[in-house]
Amino acid sequence: MTDMLAVAGLILASAVRLSVPLAFAALGEYVAERAGTLNISVEGMMLGGAFTAVAGANLTGSPALGLLAGVAAGLAVALAQALFSHALTVNPYVVGLTLNVFVLGLTSFLAESVRDEPRQVDLVPVPWLADLPVLGPGLFAHRWPAYLLVVLVPLAWWLVRRTRWGLEARAVGENPQAADVAGVPVNRRRRQALLVCGALSGLGGAYLAVGEVGLFNPNMTAGRGYLVIAAVIFGGWTLRGALAGCLLFGAADALRLALPALGFDLTPQLLIASPYLLALLALTLFARGRGRRGPAALGVPFTRGIT
Amino acid sequence: MTSPPLGAARATSTPRAAARLRAVLTYAASLTVALALATAVVTLSGHSAADTLLALYQGSLEGGASLGQTVDEAVPLLLVAVGAVVCTRAGLFNIGQEGQVLIGATAGAAIALSAPGPGPLVLALTLAGSALGGALWAGVAAVLHYRRGVDVVIGTLLLVFVAGQVVSYAVNRDFLLQESAVPGQILAPQSDPVPEAARLPRLGEYPDFNVGGGVFLALAVTLLLAFLLRHGTWGFKVRMLGLNPVAARRAGVSAGWIGGGALLLSGACAGLAGGVVLTGGVYRLQPGLADNVGWEGLLVALVARNRPLLAVPVALFFGALRAGGGFLASTGVPRYLVSVVTALLVLAAVFPAAYAELRARRRRGSGGGA
Repeated sequence: MTDMLAVAGLILASAVRLSVPLAFAALGEYVAERAGTLNISVEGMMLGGAFTAVAGANLTGSPALGLLAGVAAGLAVALAQALFSHALTVNPYVVGLTLNVFVLGLTSFLAESVRDEPRQVDLVPVPWLADLPVLGPGLFAHRWPAYLLVVLVPLAWWLVRRTRWGLEARAVGENPQAADVAGVPVNRRRRQALLVCGALSGLGGAYLAVGEVGLFNPNMTAGRGYLVIAAVIFGGWTLRGALAGCLLFGAADALRLALPALGFDLTPQLLIASPYLLALLALTLFARGRGRRGPAALGVPFTRGIT
Repeated sequence: MTSPPLGAARATSTPRAAARLRAVLTYAASLTVALALATAVVTLSGHSAADTLLALYQGSLEGGASLGQTVDEAVPLLLVAVGAVVCTRAGLFNIGQEGQVLIGATAGAAIALSAPGPGPLVLALTLAGSALGGALWAGVAAVLHYRRGVDVVIGTLLLVFVAGQVVSYAVNRDFLLQESAVPGQILAPQSDPVPEAARLPRLGEYPDFNVGGGVFLALAVTLLLAFLLRHGTWGFKVRMLGLNPVAARRAGVSAGWIGGGALLLSGACAGLAGGVVLTGGVYRLQPGLADNVGWEGLLVALVARNRPLLAVPVALFFGALRAGGGFLASTGVPRYLVSVVTALLVLAAVFPAAYAELRARRRRGSGGGA
């Protein structure tokens, strides 16, 4: 019985650890999608963040500054995405795809140049709480940037649901024509939302690199950006849904890693595909339900005029 | 007497000439920036830009073997791109070609490895099965879209990752497509090689220039779709649906049949590309078989500005980069560099037209809140 509990605690800890980078990026992607931009470049933002975080940590010797560099890289990718898809009107998906190809190519090409000893930010267990038997290690013993989520999650919620900027961003995501008539600068709001997404996704990638792993490996995000998009969709474009999606997908990943060691023979392919299947299922079941619908103008570029 | 028409002519011709000059200049400028960035990346990472360029040239254009390689790389890209063009013209954006390529190849491998019969027939069945497989995978997204209102982009994108796992499952199970056991060898996650008879013939017995038969298939599909899109009733409906869905519906164009059909067609093209990759060079179903053909095909369609015939030279160019990248890797420069160059060139190629459009919008005084 105690063994079972210990194993459950380990799996929980692994699940939470795997979902923290996703959660950072999902916060950003939630803001961006609410403003009506569907940017698949979130993968590139995370990967770029991971690379520059390690490069920055090596250059400065400080993993914390590396995190900042990661944020900057995410912002740079977001800036390119915003420029091409919401100032110019190039198809946002193809722009995102191109940026992903670019970042993957560039970071893999340069990966050799950041080979150095591992550098990680400090592990900061919450005093007392981290000693709780089963839940402690999973919930209260993380690298310190993970605790930023405690601040960032309410902040993102407040930004989107309680500020004028958030109202305008949501309006831009639902009905850009109406927002435009009301004097909201549509494409500017979308660009700003993208920058928020870039900063948070860069932070997520950076956390993966200098928080969890300590090194950079080519393609180390390995599709986590797409997983984040699936999480936002699975969560029905609500903040808590997206975070629940991240946790669930992290748990699926943790199970995939843990089950063979425990002697279970569950199909790994099914577990890897499960986030995408769950997102599709959620879309299919709730596509027409009230409240779980995506922003009406998601992914529709805006130009003024009769449409 | 003659001055007013002359003046009028000058007034109309000068801005047009200026606009054309500006277009040429923006193209030149954005290409220069892209190439300068690429050179900077190469140089700063300690390689020689000239050697890299030479290696890219040798791998893609120098000599018959390299040229054949370029054509072979271009064929699946062209197939994917032409399908994407049709679908985009119908106003739907299929982004899931990478998965459709994989499922197409899986269906093809299943047929090629099990169907008895004379070689050419098996080959035909394999390719048809590939196209059908790709169409089926796109069809899932189509059904979700028209029945349940699931966005096509999201549906096709999510299905890409499911497709990867479907293939991985199939080639890891001996009762499905995993290679047959050889005593003393570890089973790899791949299928048996498709039989000789079911492989695309290689044409051209010149000293070293030969290309896979897929090139004729791809060109035939391209020409057919280009013709139908331009001259056929079906093509007219597709274009109408893409340009103005409301007017198209009023005119009796069924969004489900025409739009869904275009989506299926683009899936079929991607599946066929998978079949061509399988029977034209790889011969075994492997999880890495698609090798970004689906994603890069989308880039080809974008750069070709959704014109099927323009996709031919663009696909050849991308094929040359892929072929050159393979050769580049053998000279010690990581082939990832080719991805960087590709992405930079794509952005450089789409920038001028988009910038001109932005200028035009600004001049009309409707900046779109930019």
